[in-house]
Amino acid sequence: MRAKTTIGIGLVLVALLALTACQGTAPGGTTTAEGPFKIAIVMPAPITDLAWSQSMGDGLKAVQAEMGEDKLQIAYSDNMFQVADAAAALRDYASEGYNLIIAHGTQYGNSMFDVAKDFPETSFAWGTAVDTGESQGLKNVFAYEANAQEGGFVNGVIAALLNESGVVGVVGPVEAGDAKLYIDGFVNGAKTTKPDLEVNVSYTGSFGDTALASEAANTHIQAGADVLTGSAQQVVGAIGVAKDKGAKWLGTQSDQSSLGPDTVVATQVYDWTGVIKDMIALNQAGTYGNKAYVLTLDNGGLKMVFNPQVTVPDEVKATAEQAIQDIKDGKIQPLP
Amino acid sequence: MIDELFQGSVLIGILYSGIRLATPYLYAALGETVAQRSGVLDLGVDGIMLMGAFAAFFVVFNTGNLWLGVLAAIIIGSLMGVLMSIVSVTFQAEQGISGIGLYLFGLGLSSVLFRVMIGSVESVSGFKELRLPVLSDIPVLGEILFRHNILVYFAYLMVPLVWFLMEKTTLGLKVRAVGQNPEAADSLGVNVNRVRYFGVIFGAAMAGVAGASLSTGLLNVFQENMTNGLGFIAVALVYFGGWRPVGVLLGSLLFATVNSLQLWVQVKGIPIPSDLAVMLPYILTIVVLIFSSGQIRQPAALNKPFERSG
Repeated sequence: MRAKTTIGIGLVLVALLALTACQGTAPGGTTTAEGPFKIAIVMPAPITDLAWSQSMGDGLKAVQAEMGEDKLQIAYSDNMFQVADAAAALRDYASEGYNLIIAHGTQYGNSMFDVAKDFPETSFAWGTAVDTGESQGLKNVFAYEANAQEGGFVNGVIAALLNESGVVGVVGPVEAGDAKLYIDGFVNGAKTTKPDLEVNVSYTGSFGDTALASEAANTHIQAGADVLTGSAQQVVGAIGVAKDKGAKWLGTQSDQSSLGPDTVVATQVYDWTGVIKDMIALNQAGTYGNKAYVLTLDNGGLKMVFNPQVTVPDEVKATAEQAIQDIKDGKIQPLP
Repeated sequence: MIDELFQGSVLIGILYSGIRLATPYLYAALGETVAQRSGVLDLGVDGIMLMGAFAAFFVVFNTGNLWLGVLAAIIIGSLMGVLMSIVSVTFQAEQGISGIGLYLFGLGLSSVLFRVMIGSVESVSGFKELRLPVLSDIPVLGEILFRHNILVYFAYLMVPLVWFLMEKTTLGLKVRAVGQNPEAADSLGVNVNRVRYFGVIFGAAMAGVAGASLSTGLLNVFQENMTNGLGFIAVALVYFGGWRPVGVLLGSLLFATVNSLQLWVQVKGIPIPSDLAVMLPYILTIVVLIFSSGQIRQPAALNKPFERSG
């Protein structure tokens, strides 16, 4: 029945409309020849994920607040876990004349390079990555990554010092990339501080499986852990479990203290504002890419934020500060 | 190393987590069982769960009243069911496509509402662990079964209730009849479409509660797309369970317990690559599905819109 199929397809279209409504354009000035600088970003998770995607969203908003909405215009497409959707969005933004287009996910690399070849006067940025496409002859791609292991190490030190039970738990997402760096650093920091500490690591195999991540947190606590950490947007439920069971939480990527004012001790926060400003400045000076950025504790891109509502013994804080300084000075290698 | 898994406390932990983890699957799959027995394949479960999760979270966030939150999830879930029924029963649209449409609609709308009405990930104080008096003190059994939040108990209570509804009531008989042979049911004076509306709306209300069990029971947060495809697993569990509540119960428990087992395998540091460990529940489910497929009786009129002839 043609009519029935039409109705079905109609509903799908309505649904797609509802989905595209998620793509937001932050308020900004109108576009003219000398209009505002225009940045578009495509990200895999919601911009509100309290993790990887939000860290870049917050950075963009901070730069926009500083420059003024008439000088910087931001558009974003989030929830783009499907690479094919992301590739289409990247191309759309490039055609619409955005100056800088950020592909905020490792998986977007190949699609982004394809688009970048067709728009040589548009800047592209890709993270987590170190490859600016130079070997492919590209001059308009920036790459960025975070040395997640540095804050991971510091969090590991804090965890070991706060720990009383002898067991610490890690709620990991997928054993790769940024998450693996963070967790390896964390385990190393904890073991360096207390060699006989038991650090249990589990992965859920997904970035967004909130239910399984919270059950992983439960499992760690049943196995004796009294300090937990974890990575990616899936951890929002795990923090609640830590809160209910009286365990401590150490965060990464975006400040997660709001979810557990008495639970989240410290968070490694990714601050991308320096990277964003540098890319804008280079673009305006006629350099469209060919630079790789790394957030570190030393260059201020990584910040250890202590939650003021949780009292941490002074000697713990002092040891953590010392670890931060030693990493900055190169005296400590965060990865084993 | 492996023997660490067979310590009493670990075994209890595995089963305890399995019971709790099965909760959202159980609500969603039991509801979907009724919908499918009436002849409607509703693939929108995941989207309905998201709407239910948001509704419950929003109400609890603003009022602090947990039961009002569950009620909101039931109402919003039912409304999603009405939408699905109008499209797939009244207008007889292809069920698979309308279900996917409903899923995308729920995913998008719950995200938009979340951004407009809440904006950032917040937490609420959800249903607390309720230790049943006397029962929770039984050694081992009490620790596994009777130390959960109340939405977990209700999920298991729904198994006999849905069985009773389907097998022992006139309404259940009608649901089975219109799912098996709508023409015959119609000739006996059963209003086929009305019964299907009931099946779909009941299923959707249950999916709404499944969402509430996540956002105000297990996780106590709302996050966009927080179900992460859980609703689709629930649909698969209906097939797995052979469209019977007990089968759905066994399927949900198997899937959840193996999932909790693989978490313990990782936590105990048993050297299996994590990528392999997280696949375990899916592999096992597929294997069991293959071996049990011989006995499965799918409702004969599933996925077939009903049109009165003559």
